[in-house]
Amino acid sequence: MLKRYLPQIVITPGTLLVAAGVYGFIGFTAAISFTDSKILPSFNYVGLRNYENLFKLKAWDIAVANLLTFSVFYIAICCVLGLLLAILIDQKIRAESVFRSIYLYPMALSFIVTGTAWKWFLDPGIGLESVMHQFGWASFEFNWIKEREFALYTIVIAAVWQTVGFAMALFLAGLRGIDSEMLKAARVDGAKILQVYRRIIIPQLGYTFVSVMVILVYNAIRTYDLIVVMTNGGPGRATWLPSVFMYQYTFTRNQMGIGAASAVMMLALIAVIVIPYFWWELKSQGKQK
Amino acid sequence: MKKYMTSGLLAATTLTTPAMAEDSVEVLHWWTSGGEAAAVSVLKDALEAKGVTWNDMPVAGGSGEAAMTVVRSRVTAGNPPTSVQMLGYDILEWASQGALSNLDATAEAEGWGDVVPEALQFFAKHDGHWVSAPVNVHSTNWVWTSGKIMEELGVTEAPSDFVGLLDIAKRAQDAGYIGIAHGGQPWQEATVFDSVAIATGGLDWYKKVFIELDAEAINSDIMVTALENLGAYRELVDDNFSGRDWNLATAMVITDKAAFQIMGDWAKGEFVNAGEVAGEDFQCWRVPGTEGAVTFNADQFAMFNVGDDRKPAQAEMASSVMSPEFQVAFNIVKGSVPARIDVSDEEFDACGRKGMADLKAANEGGTLVGSQAQGHANIPAVKTAFSDAITAFFNGELTAEEAAEEMADTVAIAQQ
Repeated sequence: MLKRYLPQIVITPGTLLVAAGVYGFIGFTAAISFTDSKILPSFNYVGLRNYENLFKLKAWDIAVANLLTFSVFYIAICCVLGLLLAILIDQKIRAESVFRSIYLYPMALSFIVTGTAWKWFLDPGIGLESVMHQFGWASFEFNWIKEREFALYTIVIAAVWQTVGFAMALFLAGLRGIDSEMLKAARVDGAKILQVYRRIIIPQLGYTFVSVMVILVYNAIRTYDLIVVMTNGGPGRATWLPSVFMYQYTFTRNQMGIGAASAVMMLALIAVIVIPYFWWELKSQGKQK
Repeated sequence: MKKYMTSGLLAATTLTTPAMAEDSVEVLHWWTSGGEAAAVSVLKDALEAKGVTWNDMPVAGGSGEAAMTVVRSRVTAGNPPTSVQMLGYDILEWASQGALSNLDATAEAEGWGDVVPEALQFFAKHDGHWVSAPVNVHSTNWVWTSGKIMEELGVTEAPSDFVGLLDIAKRAQDAGYIGIAHGGQPWQEATVFDSVAIATGGLDWYKKVFIELDAEAINSDIMVTALENLGAYRELVDDNFSGRDWNLATAMVITDKAAFQIMGDWAKGEFVNAGEVAGEDFQCWRVPGTEGAVTFNADQFAMFNVGDDRKPAQAEMASSVMSPEFQVAFNIVKGSVPARIDVSDEEFDACGRKGMADLKAANEGGTLVGSQAQGHANIPAVKTAFSDAITAFFNGELTAEEAAEEMADTVAIAQQ
């Protein structure tokens, strides 16, 4: 009897905790987004007012536009650079594991550490620019972090630095999974190395690309700590992302209703990307069986 | 083994709870810079002399944005600190949530009602009951100048208007200094705008915009002109201003790298802490164009509704905060002026005396107005609606016309 129900019994506490701690609070946030909550949660229903106001706020438009720019650059650079690193490491080089660790290591740091280091490094007063000036290159200029148009790209730099190793690891695993017989056959047929990669290897990495993309998209949407440390949303609000918007409105502006509405919108954004992925994943698993 | 672990855990839990003994206060504040930390220790010493232990909970970050987040989580968790440093409408919002204590007994016994300025009582009372103990009165329309640079430029007294002030910065730039020490954070830009608004549109317009929230006055030509004046100020700051903390900007004036800073009088604490003398090493002027007006904000210790076992220590703290001795000792170090009008200005320096005299005159003449930037003109949602647009304009994201329009839009949303 016990043996029969053991799996269910073991899994129940975890399921209940996740149901309450994750889905319960998602529901709570969604409920808050339809109320007039200000400093603390309240339950006076106001319909879609918070959503209407959210879309009227310029700050939200800016945050969403920034998220698009940030995601495109972050994901594209991470994929290209990660694949390149993986291909280079895959050349049967000496001390491969050392390089792999070096590239993967930034992943182990918290975003706060990464952000602080990059903030100092990019600060024209104490970082790269000032060091170059001390070396005598007086005309050197790199003040992106203080420039409204470019500050967002400094966040991209730091975020890429942090996660490119992770993309590399996934691609490397994908590369290692390719059938070596096929490569040998290609070589026998006289295919050049570039052709092998373009025609045979990279097309076979399709599944890996999808996995990398989904993880990076989700990473991009939840980027928050990096921004708080590096620019705190500034200059002005040039580096606001929806996550920063959500925190600002919920906790420092006492407009919890609008903050909750923005959180729900972020959830919807993630869902749009993740749900098709799960569907696709389930379908392909079914095929394998 | 398991048994020992359980009892060990239980012991650990019981060991941590008594840290909140009855004769202790837990105080959350954001006074972390040099001058501010020195001022806090005055209160700490006064309380410890009475046998009340001080549990310090500093949360760094000017204007207390980070601190307010901590408060919210503590209150929601049902374990509020004894007392929290707070500004203006934040106090009233917490009071209307029923989160604050009633201090009437202490206040009546000590006659707070007779000595605290009326304008200040508005923020210390809710529904006629005292909920918080005012510590000081700050004002934001001050200019802090470098004595050395002023001497070099031959400036002996404050210019007569805002344009004259900017002219000094221009001359300082020509002489190889930084014109204006500015910290690029939204609340600092809003603080400067307090003064620019009065210098541009006058006090009545300031009241109409920031206190009465008159939509026509907000999105008006005067607002555009005021923002353009802020733009002229923006031209005179150094390139590396973005994200700089206010006390680092003050340090630029202290070390004579920049000609002046427009900042509230908490900046004076930094000068004093650095061993500078008012009137010699640095000067304090009212921002030209705002003389006579005082845009105030007051730090208070809002007292939270704690358990009865912690109430006596809380009352003890409230009474210490309001004692004349503490008000004098604290405000000399902090740079502000006392929150009670019956104390003598004997021990204050030149700037402190000027501040006290200005406050008294403004209180009597009706020119004491709450600072918009510091949350004393309107509720936090409205405050940030203004400062968002000000910052967006300051950093070139919006033109003056667009910023005025956005103010009107976002203020309307914030009022709902």
